Amino acid sequence: MAGGTASLYARGRETQRGATRDPAWTRRLLIGLGLTFFALFLLAPLALVFTEALRKGWSAYFSALAEPDALSAVRLTLLAAAIAVPVNLVFGIAASWLIAKHRFRGRTLLTTLIDLPFSVSPVIAGLVYVLVFSAQGWLGPWLLDNGYKVIFAVPGIVLATVFVTFPFIARELIPLMESQGTEEEEAAVVLGASGWTTFLKVTLPNVKWGLLYGVILCNARAMGEFGAVSVVSGHIRGLTNTMPLHVEILYNEYQFSAAFAVASLLALLALVTLALKTFVEWRVASARSEGA
Amino acid sequence: MAEAALNRFGSVPAPSSRSWLLWGGAALVGAVIYAASRGGTLPGGLLLAVYALFALLGIALANARSRVLPGFRLSLAVTILMLFLIILIPLSAVFINTAKLSWSQIWEAISAPRAVASYKLSFTASLLAAAVNVVFGLILAWIITRYRFPGRKLVDALIDLPFALPTAVAGIALTALYAPNGWFGSFLEGQLGIKVAFSQLGVLVALTFIGLPFVVRTVQPVLEDLDTEYEEAAASLGASRAQTVWKVVLPALYPALLTGFAMAFARALGEYGSVIFIAGNIPLVSEITPLIIITKLEQYDYAGATAIAAVMLIVSFALLLAINALQVWSSRRTERS
Amino acid sequence: MSIRVEHINKRFGDFVALNDVTLDVPDGQLTALLGPSGCGKTTLLRVIAGLEQADSGRILFNGEDASSADVRERNVGFVFQHYALFRHMTVFENVAFGLRVKPRRERLPDAEIKAKAKRLLELVHLDWVGHRYPAQLSGGQRQRIALARALAVEPRVLLLDEPFGALDAKVRKDLRRWLRDLHHQLGLTSIFVTHDQEEALELADQVVLINKGAIEQVGGPAQVYTQPATSFVQSFLGHSNFFEGRVVSGALQVEDGGLALPANAHADGSRLTAYVRPHELHVTREASGPGVEAKVARALELGALARIELVGVRSGRPFEAEIPKRELAKLALAPGETVRLVPDALRVFPAQEIAAE
Repeated sequence: MAGGTASLYARGRETQRGATRDPAWTRRLLIGLGLTFFALFLLAPLALVFTEALRKGWSAYFSALAEPDALSAVRLTLLAAAIAVPVNLVFGIAASWLIAKHRFRGRTLLTTLIDLPFSVSPVIAGLVYVLVFSAQGWLGPWLLDNGYKVIFAVPGIVLATVFVTFPFIARELIPLMESQGTEEEEAAVVLGASGWTTFLKVTLPNVKWGLLYGVILCNARAMGEFGAVSVVSGHIRGLTNTMPLHVEILYNEYQFSAAFAVASLLALLALVTLALKTFVEWRVASARSEGA
Repeated sequence: MAEAALNRFGSVPAPSSRSWLLWGGAALVGAVIYAASRGGTLPGGLLLAVYALFALLGIALANARSRVLPGFRLSLAVTILMLFLIILIPLSAVFINTAKLSWSQIWEAISAPRAVASYKLSFTASLLAAAVNVVFGLILAWIITRYRFPGRKLVDALIDLPFALPTAVAGIALTALYAPNGWFGSFLEGQLGIKVAFSQLGVLVALTFIGLPFVVRTVQPVLEDLDTEYEEAAASLGASRAQTVWKVVLPALYPALLTGFAMAFARALGEYGSVIFIAGNIPLVSEITPLIIITKLEQYDYAGATAIAAVMLIVSFALLLAINALQVWSSRRTERS
Repeated sequence: MSIRVEHINKRFGDFVALNDVTLDVPDGQLTALLGPSGCGKTTLLRVIAGLEQADSGRILFNGEDASSADVRERNVGFVFQHYALFRHMTVFENVAFGLRVKPRRERLPDAEIKAKAKRLLELVHLDWVGHRYPAQLSGGQRQRIALARALAVEPRVLLLDEPFGALDAKVRKDLRRWLRDLHHQLGLTSIFVTHDQEEALELADQVVLINKGAIEQVGGPAQVYTQPATSFVQSFLGHSNFFEGRVVSGALQVEDGGLALPANAHADGSRLTAYVRPHELHVTREASGPGVEAKVARALELGALARIELVGVRSGRPFEAEIPKRELAKLALAPGETVRLVPDALRVFPAQEIAAE
């Protein structure tokens, strides 16, 4: 995911002068190759999702979505995201304020540790909570004795979702806040502003688009996470099934149209995410060129 | 960073009410865990880990000088607490539980033929997928930044699709595309006899899909920042366009390409959702390592799953370090120029 | 308000930014902290503001210890080098910010805040840009807005970090005069940091020369220029010819000749560094006597004065002399000719490493 952040600050270069211009045949060849690859690997799967979803017509599509299990999967997905995103928001803001605006020992180490979940397989992200909370795990027996179920239940799903989305907002905010330095905050403090006022009135307005961008990415991943959630969920229909898990179940039961119908909702979510992301990038770029 | 190391004698700030709150919270959590461990249900490892966390926090707070910008202690406390409770302590469970196994148990789990076959597949397919991504990622980044063609903005926006599209959706979509009766599968398998879905080739396809944005998004900003002056300078010195690209542009992109490659590779190694549908999961042939972990978990072989997870984690951490080092190296390089 | 800085020390790791700095800033005066970049002057300013904590030492405001006071409590106005205007707020809101963030019981009613911000914008002659954003202003305008914003909270002291550093030469000159007038008008104790000697000498009532974290000299602009206390101050301010040598029977023996010293001022054998400003050098054709021998490289006529560039005959050191143009015509120097340079006034310091200018 880390690479996805870069283009937030990028602006297209419009100049193409003589010495740097490639011959026409090279251009055509490269554009042809690039677009073919793009069509085969990105467009085709996307198009296929919607085609398959609607293969049996709109009524079949909507009845697949209106199915109680599908609805409960949607609800659980929304719930998991509704918890994971705010948790990430708190962490992301705290971590970026700490790392971008202060200098202290261990700062680099902390930055690396925050990135850790990106390099951990989602399957392992699920596994670690099984090791801690399952009936054979560290806290599981004690929790079960007291009537709390984490693994094969909703809390496990939420925890796994938080794990895989952990760095998203911090990763967006840290470089942005760092690039803005601390002078404006110092100016606010000298003028008598309190800590919260400084953050709310000076820092936050400057990073709001980056923050929104992080929230969008975090939300997309929270709603779409499969591997980690799959490990901790136990696939109990109507209870611990999120939308991606429901897609899997339907697919394995050869209910292809229904599977793609639910998948199309997730694909739509992805498209909305990309559209919002493009919008935010555009806002940041125009804010930049104004500021420059 | 060094300034933080200095203790400011003379005017040590009085502990704020927040830090007392924190210490109180720490004591409370400690008491709860102690009580639980008295019941005999908690292992010492966890206890240690939690106390290590609070010791770390205490040291960090004690070292913190009073600062001009407010919120240092609060943000440090929130960051470290959440990082430890949600990420580091659960992750340490993998190593603590592995350490509890005997060497022969560990060796048996990680050297089982199915596991070894999965390492080979995961490693080779991830490597190949990352290599494919370097080539096509570079081409895509190049045409997006340097050329103008209809649909360029759409391509630019959709490059991130593999990040945004849930992996399960990608998985079933790719499978349906390459299945024998699918859009591509019917041609590849029917006409050319190439079997993609339910084979090792399918794994490669899924991992290529998932890794594509990494290379594009690491190369793109470098390419955008690369002043065309360098190319003009090369041209003015008599270099042909091919020589300019080969000797001036590409070397400037190496660090970004390598970083993108490493990121795509790391992601591919751990990828699960998009692969399991298209791979067919034939034992010894098309099972990836994360799937082996899941299979073992489903058989309640927690020890085996943990041992293999530990192997994977070690590889991932090594890759993370490599990527960090690469980024430091590449930022130094750009600074120099 | 008077400010006293007492024995301030500040290190960043191994780097000593301030080394036992003690300084008095009299009430109502405009003081310049002048020195090369990295000398610690900005750190000193930030320590006074409370933006940086000193490792040891005290800051006194009107005789009261303010060392442990928070930035917010010190009531200082600070103008940042790059102005630090809040980019998402209009100019007007920037100026009003300090008034709006006051605790509710101290806060003025909204109408008064508006009136006050408007008055301040008028004070800096920019009431017509209130609705704009900082990005839409020129550098000089941003600087004046930053000043208005700092003044809005009625600070007891005004601190300016390289106030003209980011401006081009023409704007810089205008703003300098304007700031000088404003200071007279307000009578606020002010300290500004600069590395530009012309700026410091023209603007300040008191100039503080800082080098390598320590104060070299404090004094009025004329005083520090004409009576430099250390060889650093001498070489940092204005242009100087510089000689190094040993005292032999009451005169300073340098490679290219001998220079007369005041009688009995220096012991024989001591190593000295001597400075002469270009306009204090006489150019003669006398073959003997005190002075150094140098070859004429070229002569430049600049208005009423002429500058002669020379090279020491033995040392190869460059020298510079400034003489009235009439005198140059009288001398009729030819390039390559060897002449004798006789100093009018010689400022002598014990030999030491010369700080880079």
